[in-house]
Amino acid sequence: MTFDWQYIVDVLPHYKTALWLTLKLATIGIAFAIIVGMICSIIQYFKVKVLSQIVQVYLEVARNTPLLIQLFFLYYGLPKIGITLSGELCGIIGLTFLGGSYMAEAFRAGMEAVTKSQIETGKAIGLSNLQLMRYVIIPQAFSYSVPGFGANCIFLLKETSVFSGIAILELTNTTKNLMGIFYKTNEALLMLVVGYLIILLPLTLFLTWLERRVRHAEFGN
Amino acid sequence: MSGQIPILKVKGLTKKYGEKIVLNGIDLEVEKGKVIAILGPSGCGKSTFLRCLNGLEEVQGGDILLDNESLINKSTKWREVRQRIGMVFQSYDLFPNLTVMENILLSPLKVQKRNRSEVEAQALELLERVGLADRANDYPRQLSGGQKQRIAIVRALCINPEIMLFDEVTASLDPEMVREVLDVIAQLAEQGMTMLIVTHEMNFAKLVADEVIFMDKGNIHEQAPAEQFFTNPQTERAQQFLNILQF
Amino acid sequence: MLNSGISVLFEGVNLERLLLGLLVTLRVALIAVVISIVMGILIGIIRTSKSKLVQILFKLYLELFRIIPILVWLFVIYYVIPANFDLNLSAEVVALIVFSLWGAAEMSDIVRGAIISLPKHQTESSKALGLSVSQMYRYVLIPQATKRCIPPMINLITRMIKTTALLTMIGVVEVIKVGQQIIEVNNLEHPTISFWIYGFVFFLYFVICFPLSRFSRKLERKWAT
Ligand SMILES: Nc1ncnc2c1ncn2[C@@H]1O[C@H](COP(=O)(O)OP(=O)(O)OP(=O)(O)O)[C@@H](O)[C@H]1O
Ligand SMILES: [Mg+2]
Repeated sequence: MTFDWQYIVDVLPHYKTALWLTLKLATIGIAFAIIVGMICSIIQYFKVKVLSQIVQVYLEVARNTPLLIQLFFLYYGLPKIGITLSGELCGIIGLTFLGGSYMAEAFRAGMEAVTKSQIETGKAIGLSNLQLMRYVIIPQAFSYSVPGFGANCIFLLKETSVFSGIAILELTNTTKNLMGIFYKTNEALLMLVVGYLIILLPLTLFLTWLERRVRHAEFGN
Repeated sequence: MSGQIPILKVKGLTKKYGEKIVLNGIDLEVEKGKVIAILGPSGCGKSTFLRCLNGLEEVQGGDILLDNESLINKSTKWREVRQRIGMVFQSYDLFPNLTVMENILLSPLKVQKRNRSEVEAQALELLERVGLADRANDYPRQLSGGQKQRIAIVRALCINPEIMLFDEVTASLDPEMVREVLDVIAQLAEQGMTMLIVTHEMNFAKLVADEVIFMDKGNIHEQAPAEQFFTNPQTERAQQFLNILQF
Repeated sequence: MLNSGISVLFEGVNLERLLLGLLVTLRVALIAVVISIVMGILIGIIRTSKSKLVQILFKLYLELFRIIPILVWLFVIYYVIPANFDLNLSAEVVALIVFSLWGAAEMSDIVRGAIISLPKHQTESSKALGLSVSQMYRYVLIPQATKRCIPPMINLITRMIKTTALLTMIGVVEVIKVGQQIIEVNNLEHPTISFWIYGFVFFLYFVICFPLSRFSRKLERKWAT
């Protein structure tokens, strides 16, 4: 196996651009996914009529279908019934759609970890349901959910590789294109792997550290 | 007795979990400023009784009257009642995500919509009284159990309740911390706060209570002035109960 | 206009072709799952060894598959092997290799987790009874660990099935690829065809994965300790 290092230097700017795009789309998608996930799990927590059934259907559909098909449907299918979205927008929507269901699961577990006695104490000092949510349940559930959110972030970051199926020039697609033009397979794939390692290795280490910290700072009550 | 109108009246209060009767028609009148100790063996329904008074349990029969107004009907606004009847639990659940001060201010500011500087001043004064003014900005995890429990009491007091319910507030504390919490409650008694106290600390009950009710199997078995109950209990169950404890 | 698209779905052999494509998808998934389970159990047991070297090596193997996306693995194996070695692998074989390696890594983690979470005195008391190591695994540890393994294993299988969608990206002619071929032929005449084909494939995946994840949740609840 041989590598043409000069070639790697030459295509470096392409990878830099692709890396930023990957990070940008992932960050936006993950942020929306967390918001969607929290809203869904709060709706289910309160068993809001009708809405919580809709949420349940959404969660099942999002979790039990592949992202690639979700994206194909958004990108190639929807324009045919008059809804045209740009590739990047499709990517963000797809990632939010998929990620929202995973984040909802993580946040649901966090809310269930808030003890019954915390909730009763909140009631005993006269808090309304909304105040209880805002000042007691959500902040505590959020800390409990950090490890779950973290694992989902890694999962969703990796899922951005699937964006290559709808012509977004992120890391994987850039690699595919370069391979098609220059036939420098080894070099292009090496850069692809390195690109993901640059993003995911520090994130994995950071999350391991964070999880340990959160566990240590465990609410001492 | 003194002929005062009772602030709290309980009539035939009945509570069931499924088929199981936990409170079997409790009758009680509490006059303003009186301290009532609730004693009884484990599982006799003491906690359940207090929780009913605070609307944390649904009841199956009987009535609770606060200032002659019934609380057992659909239109009862428990959020308002709870501002008049404060409650402190054994598990001293301070909110771990808020500082001591934020814990205390939460309800006065958000529920009662009171003026911040006024509430802060009151909170500081109460903290001073329980000897914890310097811990206002700490988080609960930085405090000992006894300190947390005193803060929980301050948090309830800062809402300016007319009646306080205490459910075994020293039960999960190390022995050396029990005293600091009981002192705070004794102070309240001196200041004339109306209180219902569930406790296993007999000496404390003897000291602060005006009256004792002894519960067994969901009934009030004996009700007597504290002095009389401890020196000369009338029922056999109460005698046994005291004997076991004095052992 | 919308309807003209859906009618193509049931025209001629289209539906049949799609379902045959689905069979290819499921064939890859099934073979990979079987290999993963066998290898995963073996590796999982090996990973309970006290040797630091063994632990680190297999942890590295697992992390490689956790950090690098599966699609990247598919590309790496698909393009690197023919380019450097005199070996031509079909896309389906590449998919089988990647899915088996990935599945085995994840399965091994499930198996290892289940074994080390077993109470220690079980191991000790079976030693005290004079059981050999293999007897201990066979009669004591494995039956208990199995219950703990099965729900997460079903979840992993669901994930593997979902991930087979990626096979189309290295040119395996599976359900999505067949769908694309049908779209290409009919696109001019029936513009809405891609909406219906992708919608249908979406539905197919859901119909397969949903019962599986439901089943795993049910078992999880039933066996919760
Ligand atoms: N949620 C519940 N469901 C069913 N039974 C309950 C429930 N909560 C309490 N009980 C039962 O009601 C009875 C009274 O319980 P309660 O907690 O009021 O007792 P207690 O007098 O406070 O006891 P302790 O001194 O141990 O705190 C007990 O027999 C208990 O088992
Ligand atoms: Mg109790």
